[in-house]
Amino acid sequence: MPTTTNIACNTLLAPAELKESDLDRVMDQILSHSIDSADIYFQSSRLESWVLEDGIIREGAYNIEQGVGIRAINGEKTGFAYSDEILLPNLLEAGKSARAIARSGGSGNIHIKGATAPNQFYDPINPLDTLSEEQKIDLLRRLDAEARKQDPRVTQVIASLVAVHDVVLVVDNEGTMTGDVRPLVRCNVHVIVEQGEQREQGSSGGGARQAFQFFIDQDRALEYAREAVRLALVNLEAVDAPAGTMPVVLGPGWPGVLLHEAIGHGLEGDFNRKGTSAFSGRLGDKVATEGCTVVDDGTLPGRRGSLSVDDEGTPGQYTVLIEDGILKGYIQDRLNARLMGTESTGNGRRESYAHLPLPRMTNTYMLPGNREPGEIIASVDRGLYAVNFGGGQVDITSGKFVFSANEAYLIEGGKITRPVKGATLIGNGPDVLTRVSMVGNDLELDAGVGTCGKEGQSVPVGVGQPTLKVDELTVGGTSA
Amino acid sequence: MQDMKEKQGRLEQLVEDLLSEAKKQGATSAEAGVSSDAGLSVNVRLGEVETIEHTRDRGLGISVWFGHRKGSSSTSDFSGDAVRDAVRAACNIARYTSEDSCNGLADRELMAANPPDLDLYHPWNVEVEEAIALGIECEDAARSVDPRITNSEGASLNTHSGLQIYGNSHGFIGGYPSSRHSISCAVVGQEDDAMQRDYWYSTARSRDTLEPPDLVGKKAGERTLARLGARRIPTQEAPVIFQAEMAIGLMRSFIGAINGSALYRHSSFLMDHLGKQVFPKFVRIHEQPLLPGGLASAAFDSEGVATRTKDFITGGILQSYVLDSYSARKLNMQTTANAGGVRNLYIEPGDMDLEALLRTMDKGLLVTEMMGSGLNMVTGDYSRGAAGFWVEDGEIQYPVEEITIAGNLRQMFAGLQAVGKDLDRRSSIRTGSWLLEPMTIAGA
Repeated sequence: MPTTTNIACNTLLAPAELKESDLDRVMDQILSHSIDSADIYFQSSRLESWVLEDGIIREGAYNIEQGVGIRAINGEKTGFAYSDEILLPNLLEAGKSARAIARSGGSGNIHIKGATAPNQFYDPINPLDTLSEEQKIDLLRRLDAEARKQDPRVTQVIASLVAVHDVVLVVDNEGTMTGDVRPLVRCNVHVIVEQGEQREQGSSGGGARQAFQFFIDQDRALEYAREAVRLALVNLEAVDAPAGTMPVVLGPGWPGVLLHEAIGHGLEGDFNRKGTSAFSGRLGDKVATEGCTVVDDGTLPGRRGSLSVDDEGTPGQYTVLIEDGILKGYIQDRLNARLMGTESTGNGRRESYAHLPLPRMTNTYMLPGNREPGEIIASVDRGLYAVNFGGGQVDITSGKFVFSANEAYLIEGGKITRPVKGATLIGNGPDVLTRVSMVGNDLELDAGVGTCGKEGQSVPVGVGQPTLKVDELTVGGTSA
Repeated sequence: MQDMKEKQGRLEQLVEDLLSEAKKQGATSAEAGVSSDAGLSVNVRLGEVETIEHTRDRGLGISVWFGHRKGSSSTSDFSGDAVRDAVRAACNIARYTSEDSCNGLADRELMAANPPDLDLYHPWNVEVEEAIALGIECEDAARSVDPRITNSEGASLNTHSGLQIYGNSHGFIGGYPSSRHSISCAVVGQEDDAMQRDYWYSTARSRDTLEPPDLVGKKAGERTLARLGARRIPTQEAPVIFQAEMAIGLMRSFIGAINGSALYRHSSFLMDHLGKQVFPKFVRIHEQPLLPGGLASAAFDSEGVATRTKDFITGGILQSYVLDSYSARKLNMQTTANAGGVRNLYIEPGDMDLEALLRTMDKGLLVTEMMGSGLNMVTGDYSRGAAGFWVEDGEIQYPVEEITIAGNLRQMFAGLQAVGKDLDRRSSIRTGSWLLEPMTIAGA
């Protein structure tokens, strides 16, 4: 079986008849300036999407992106240029633009050598071809039928299927050339329910670095349809959410977006090198209660956030961020690791060849504790039980973060009582985990739906956690 | 300019090639768009260059119809082979999509005839060295505002210019060059153990109308400084002023709620509100797509339909939805030339500046930053993280943070008390600050 690096060379270099000696030449030309590090990043990406709406296949789209980005770094300075034509003259021109960040006077005489990720966390498949067009359309129609048969109040169903086949090849200034083939599939069901004058919505979906079969196995996609309807019907019954500071129990899985916003971003190497994060200079500090261990894990097989190698050619890793309450580590790419005197943690990621790498999360989650979920809920006299969330956001510098619940219930006298309307929760990243008083034994990862935005770049990520009790969190309802 | 004319000619030819290839492959109708953009982006931090990026982006997109079945594709590859492949991919998709009588080009008679030049192209061939110097000047101004400004995320200068061309099988083809430049700065302040960050930016079609770098930096520094010492406030009901920048977000939510695709999906809290009172009587909201030099100006929409000036709200009453040809047909209406969105949206300003609005509110919250996306468009339920200032006796008392504000957009719109004349001129959505009736604030 060919290695991913061979596949990447065949996909990206062969059509332009680019040889290893050409890459030598481009890199030597960059290194003729006083450059500390440089890379050439080739990418070819194919995306296909299908949308069902009003019972018909309304839209389909196919997108092809390819290009090459060249980065040259001198100290803290980065020069960057890219081209959407993978041809030698374009590489040489981009290399000249990028190296202009430093004066001439360096020398390079590198020799390209192919390398392959030590581990593959997903198969190098093209997911677009893993179902026929007829099968994709049939799946969408079945989702529509499944949602509508749940309840006569379902009036609208929008179902979508997306597949991405991403092939990348990174050449660094040591001459190491590493390829990766990254499949990604995503399915989503959105419904509207109506009851008299009242309307509500519900959404559910999932995804993975796998073939489309992922959605058919275990009836996953059909379950998204049922879940979307269930969520919409719950929200039809929801009363106004409470306003104020109270105990909050977060369900397992996707509520782990808390960790992504409150903790993860603040631990990214760039903000910490620059001293602009509320976590800057706090390695070794107690930032969570004992029993809280948070990791960033790019090695989970087939997960949406996983990476066999990152976009700088560093293998995907398992990195402990918080261990038993103590801050242990940052999320690093090569540039920030070098400037901070440490090693990349395999978190150098970029949206595409036309974007610069940044330290970014992969799959971020908390390890399980030993409490039964039922016991955690029973411990709350009056509070909120939040199980489904939309997105979140964080102000790295002040540490304030938000995340928005779209399925939540009141806890009264230790029991889950009524559903409440969606509400935004707000807290302070550096101390929210010091208020975690109970950690469940029920770790779950999200269904594979996360997308993280930073400096205008989107990348797929995962989150997860067990049931957690936070003693005090501010709930932004309307019922004061 | 001559270069640009030649380039425009080449891209127009590419659109023609795409359309004729679509016809050759059997499509009954087709539309194609091509864009090409180049620019420079320079970041400086703590007085030194951080990144220099040379950007060069291009793309082509094609949609084909076989009767009422549609397929689309796009690529960044402009070669002849790629054109054929893109059309083939779109045609292949159309074999599997459904017959949908609402699907097709916008009606032929609506196509823009002789679209005017809207003066959108003012390229700025700034040298890298000059861009660095301007960035440093901007950041220096921010850092010298006060010794409590202790750190910086840097300043950046961006300049982009490019061309976009659209054509379809009605015979319409149109295109224009445009430019956009911006300068921005973000700095960090520290007081005791707490850090705060804020930013400011300026953006314009022409460098002549960009705010000077030192002014942008000074505002960034002052805004960061004003946030130091932020505290929480107790949970309560209180009136709220959305400062102009934040009021733009409310305008955007309004436009989202009258967008055709939300309406035909029954996904908007303003469904069936045409002709009904949405805002108080004093409110007028209108669109000026043909404004020369406007940040969102365009003489035709993304289906080639001639754009026109119109009111969405007159006397507080909803006059028009925001429709493209597809959503219009779904609703048995006519497109409002808003394929691709709304272009230059204005709300009639009142006669109070921000100080006067604060005095009118007397006691309440001035919101200057929002976090998160807590809006349910189906119901209008609204709950978002916020930061700003507590106001008493009509004056700012202290900065506040880590709170949420919640309400329902339908009631927030209906309860709009006043619109300020303190317009944020940097956005294609132009409004002053909004004074609203009490909302629920959740805090300590």
